Amino acid sequence: MIDREQVKKVAFLARLELTEEEQEMFTRQLGSILDYIAELQRVETEGVPPTTRAIEVNNVVRPDELVVCENREGILENAPDRAEDFFKVPRIIED
Amino acid sequence: MTSTAPPTVQYEAVIGLEVHVQLSTETKLFCRCSTRFGNTPNTNICPICTGQPGTLPVLNQQALDYAVRAATALNCQIHPQGLSKFDRKQYFYPDLPKNYQISQYDLPLAEHGWLEIEVEGEAAKRIGITRLHMEEDAGKLVHAGADRLSGSTHSLVDFNRAGVALCEIVSEPDIRSAAQAAAYAEELRRIVRYLGVCDGNMQEGSLRFDLNISVRPAGGSKFGTKVEIKNLNSFNALQRAVEYEFTRQVDCVRSGERIVQETRLWDEATQRTISMRSKEEANDYRYFPEPDLVPIALDSNQIDAYRQRLGELPAQKRHRYCGTLGLSSYDARVLTDEREVAEYFEQVVALDIPAKQAANFLNGPVAAYLNETRQSISQIKVTPEVSAELLALINQGIISNRIANELLPGLFEAGGSPRALVEERGLTQISDRGQLEEIVNEVLAGESDSVAAYRGGRTKLLGFFVGKVMKKTAGRADPQVVNDLLQSKLAEQPTAPPPEPESAAEPPEAPPAVEDAPLEAATEAVTAEAGSAEAITAASEEPDTPVSHQDAHA
Ligand SMILES: [Zn+2]
Repeated sequence: MIDREQVKKVAFLARLELTEEEQEMFTRQLGSILDYIAELQRVETEGVPPTTRAIEVNNVVRPDELVVCENREGILENAPDRAEDFFKVPRIIED
Repeated sequence: MTSTAPPTVQYEAVIGLEVHVQLSTETKLFCRCSTRFGNTPNTNICPICTGQPGTLPVLNQQALDYAVRAATALNCQIHPQGLSKFDRKQYFYPDLPKNYQISQYDLPLAEHGWLEIEVEGEAAKRIGITRLHMEEDAGKLVHAGADRLSGSTHSLVDFNRAGVALCEIVSEPDIRSAAQAAAYAEELRRIVRYLGVCDGNMQEGSLRFDLNISVRPAGGSKFGTKVEIKNLNSFNALQRAVEYEFTRQVDCVRSGERIVQETRLWDEATQRTISMRSKEEANDYRYFPEPDLVPIALDSNQIDAYRQRLGELPAQKRHRYCGTLGLSSYDARVLTDEREVAEYFEQVVALDIPAKQAANFLNGPVAAYLNETRQSISQIKVTPEVSAELLALINQGIISNRIANELLPGLFEAGGSPRALVEERGLTQISDRGQLEEIVNEVLAGESDSVAAYRGGRTKLLGFFVGKVMKKTAGRADPQVVNDLLQSKLAEQPTAPPPEPESAAEPPEAPPAVEDAPLEAATEAVTAEAGSAEAITAASEEPDTPVSHQDAHA
């Protein structure tokens, strides 16, 4: 179902560093999850409307009312680095 | 657009646009932070829009309402599959605090719409709209240590914009030229501004365009390799990027090169598109349903209610102004460009002013004044009622156009009732034949040389005499009566002067109504088309050179 190369690619896209053992383990685990999904996919769903969630709730909204967050400083302080009003991030390398 | 080079094949451009429209909500799409532009960096932030663990987004009712309104105006079907949901679009970039953007993937809010564009000299054309979906904006990056990304030592991030509500509107590849692309973008801006769902402020990035363009032999049905162009922040940039890219791609094809499917950036400084190195995994967004938000499912009653509340849109107004009101398509386009102006115009017409007169008045002196003072029409002291009263005074023969022109600056300045002003300042038009006859006689008596010249064939001098009468009456004389009187007086005692050779050939001509240039013509803002029928340049005192030595008497 899934091979080691695909696991490595997914890990890279998620910015995860996996050891050899982890790659081996996730290939096995993800494979068994995908096998299970493949089994589900064999169920006859002709005429069954698609479901996006398990609960029957739609249209949850809030009013467009401003509430200023009181902990702006906390959020800035919590970042790895800041420069006065800004979050500071390392140089963005385009590659 | 077709290429003009004759030798080989003619090419056409196939263009689709993706437009990001910032919705005019008070707060962000999924949190209660302000959307105010220009605040101190990172003041409009909270745990939700900075992606802190354990926070939950909740959809802004107003943003949903605006998006459905826009979709309805764009003739879209609202979630044709019965519901719409949000998805996570995953990628890593420092302007994206959660490392995913909440967007919509396979079940967008709306699909299958269209809008109508009008390009000067072309028939109105429908451009298909593939889809409209909602998503959150990203933050803003400032690259320190350099002007550009390359060479910067580090970057600074401002999340004030992160999470602001956007609508992405994707067109079908129905656009064929730079002019059509600009017309589409402008019409879209016009519609969202009419609806009040977006302020349309281009400088603040409230509307942003991405362009997909390919070329193919004109009239073909296969698509060429498409190139995406980003960073278009004005109609002008959009239009020039299309022109540049069309030429580039046609040259490419003609010289046998392969067009690379890629993303290019519009570079305003050099007026070119520049290739961005494409990242292989760039498009691997691994969308999956956003588990923290429930679907949107509007019932047919709700959707119908949106349709009914829509009101008249720019294209419908244009059709009505041309069809029912008999305006030129130019006038209709100018008047409907902004909803406020269209509504002002409609109010004036509702006060029994002929549509063409109201249109000329608005597109002429009012437009010039707005332009000059940088005000919007709703701010000025000349309200629709004031305009209608002024124009009615002309139509009732109470004042001349010239007097109306003279009153306008004061009305723009201080407002007030034109009728009261006319009465107070004694500006009522003099139409009494007897009273005018006396003045005409006086004028003619003092200009005997010019009278002789007129009778000798220089009939163009009529305007000169009209001017003299107007001067004597401070512009209050009824020009029609003055014209009649002068013509009959000057024809009264025809002596038989030796005909001047040059003027003998002149055919008899209708009197030029120079003194009563219509109100709308009194400004340079009147374009050739708007003013051509009536625009005689503003009332001039000396329409023809009188016999020169007469000036001493005047
Ligand atoms: Zn927030």
